[in-house]
Amino acid sequence: MKDIAIALDRVNVRYGDNIALSDATINIPYHSFTGVIGMNGSGKSTLFKAVMGLITPESGTVTICGDDPKTAQKHGHVAYVPQSEQVDWDFPVSVTEVVMMGRLGTQNIFKTASSADLAAVQNGLDRVNMTAFKDRQIGELSGGQKKRVFVARALAQGADILLLDEPFAGLDATTEKSLIALLISLQESGKTIILATHDLLSLPDVCDHVALVKSTIIGFGPTKEVFVRELVEKTFDGTLNHITFK
Amino acid sequence: MVLSTTSLLNNIYMDLISFLVEPLQYAFMFKAVVVSTIVGVACAILSCFLVLKGWSLLGDAISHAVLPGVVLAYMLGIPFGIGAFVFAMLAVVLIGYIKNNTKIKEDAVMGIVFTTLFALGLMLISKIISSVDLTHVLFGELLGVSDVDAWVTFAILSLSSLIILLFRRTFLIFCFDPIHAQSLGLPVRLIHYSFLSLLAITITGSIQTVGIILVIAMLITPGSTAFLLTKKFSTMLQIAVATSVVSSLIGAYSSYYFNIATGGTIVFVQGVIFLSVFFYQNINARLVARVVADKASL
Repeated sequence: MKDIAIALDRVNVRYGDNIALSDATINIPYHSFTGVIGMNGSGKSTLFKAVMGLITPESGTVTICGDDPKTAQKHGHVAYVPQSEQVDWDFPVSVTEVVMMGRLGTQNIFKTASSADLAAVQNGLDRVNMTAFKDRQIGELSGGQKKRVFVARALAQGADILLLDEPFAGLDATTEKSLIALLISLQESGKTIILATHDLLSLPDVCDHVALVKSTIIGFGPTKEVFVRELVEKTFDGTLNHITFK
Repeated sequence: MVLSTTSLLNNIYMDLISFLVEPLQYAFMFKAVVVSTIVGVACAILSCFLVLKGWSLLGDAISHAVLPGVVLAYMLGIPFGIGAFVFAMLAVVLIGYIKNNTKIKEDAVMGIVFTTLFALGLMLISKIISSVDLTHVLFGELLGVSDVDAWVTFAILSLSSLIILLFRRTFLIFCFDPIHAQSLGLPVRLIHYSFLSLLAITITGSIQTVGIILVIAMLITPGSTAFLLTKKFSTMLQIAVATSVVSSLIGAYSSYYFNIATGGTIVFVQGVIFLSVFFYQNINARLVARVVADKASL
């Protein structure tokens, strides 16, 4: 289990009468770049919530970097990059202030910034090339820059695992490419990247692993083994003629 | 000539000083100024968070729901703040519980809960309290605040303001990204209920000045005005407090000099400041757009 970043073992999650995830088992290795695909309501966000420790499964175990979810939260193992539409871009916070939020877990009760916090924020901003924009209000950024701010927050947090929810939604092709390049460089520097996406066309070029979600994990593994017509069509309940599978 | 201009200015200056200071020699007016200032500060600080969180309606609901608590406290002869606080928390818990256990949307749940409690308050009042006292509860009576009430209000609102300011970064993150806060193990539920308790306390402490009906304005307008004017949260807090305190003082002095309702004046002045800022920015933006268009067409 030493090389496994995220392990779910027969996890069941239920909201009232709705079964969100049943008997979900997955083992995502460190330093992998995983694309999570599935229909809306398939359980992708429940999977993310379980990994972040936001929900307690009815049964089964979740292990993050060898820790239980609560311990993983304390260590800040997992960072979440929200969908753009979940963020209030008019909120009066600057780029620096958002990145500083990554330091929450280790700060004192009044959340005052130490010199270590300031250094971590500076490193995060440098890493994603956003230092020049550090005093901007977050609404005064382009779509790609907005994503980079939240990636910088994850880096300032010192997270080993980055969860990104639909990171490419609303981005133009050039911006998407440069964001992908950033994520791949983070993967090469040792991070584990997991993203939920609807972009099936670019997925094989970006992700080295794929997880197929349909109320459970119906497939997980290297892209060339799992991202095949039969399994993907099963995930989406239909034929997908616009995609060419290798 | 120069001399007389200076002395004229000097006279105006002295008049203004005595206009502001003279009323303070009366104990009731001194109390009114102290209480209205602290109410202005406390509501303004909270309003910044409330507006950003999108919880204005919840503030409205809580302020109405405290009415039966006030009346019951009056009947039992206990400080009315205690009754108000108990019913404020009852409203919060009831709204949360119903929302989590039905498919009815939150705004409808709030509407049902607060009108029911407010109606209960009206029923109790009609049997117990005189209509003069009812007016005081609904619309505030700053100049009639007793010594004890004034100092209790001052102490409670100072303390709640201090707590909010000390924990402002936590509350700000709670407003901006609660999921992130929770994913790092912050006690989001505790923060949530602490915030609601502080809201209930502030509303309770402010009712004597502006009354149940108008307290919500004190909790929305200063933060909204400040939000129009800045993109920095620290500046937003400062602007909100400044506009709120100025409005409160104008309200207190108006009731002394012109015998106008304090609460009404405070809220009206706040609204005028908001509208002035809004129209100034709106017209300015149009003018700038026209200049740009003219330049482009040249």
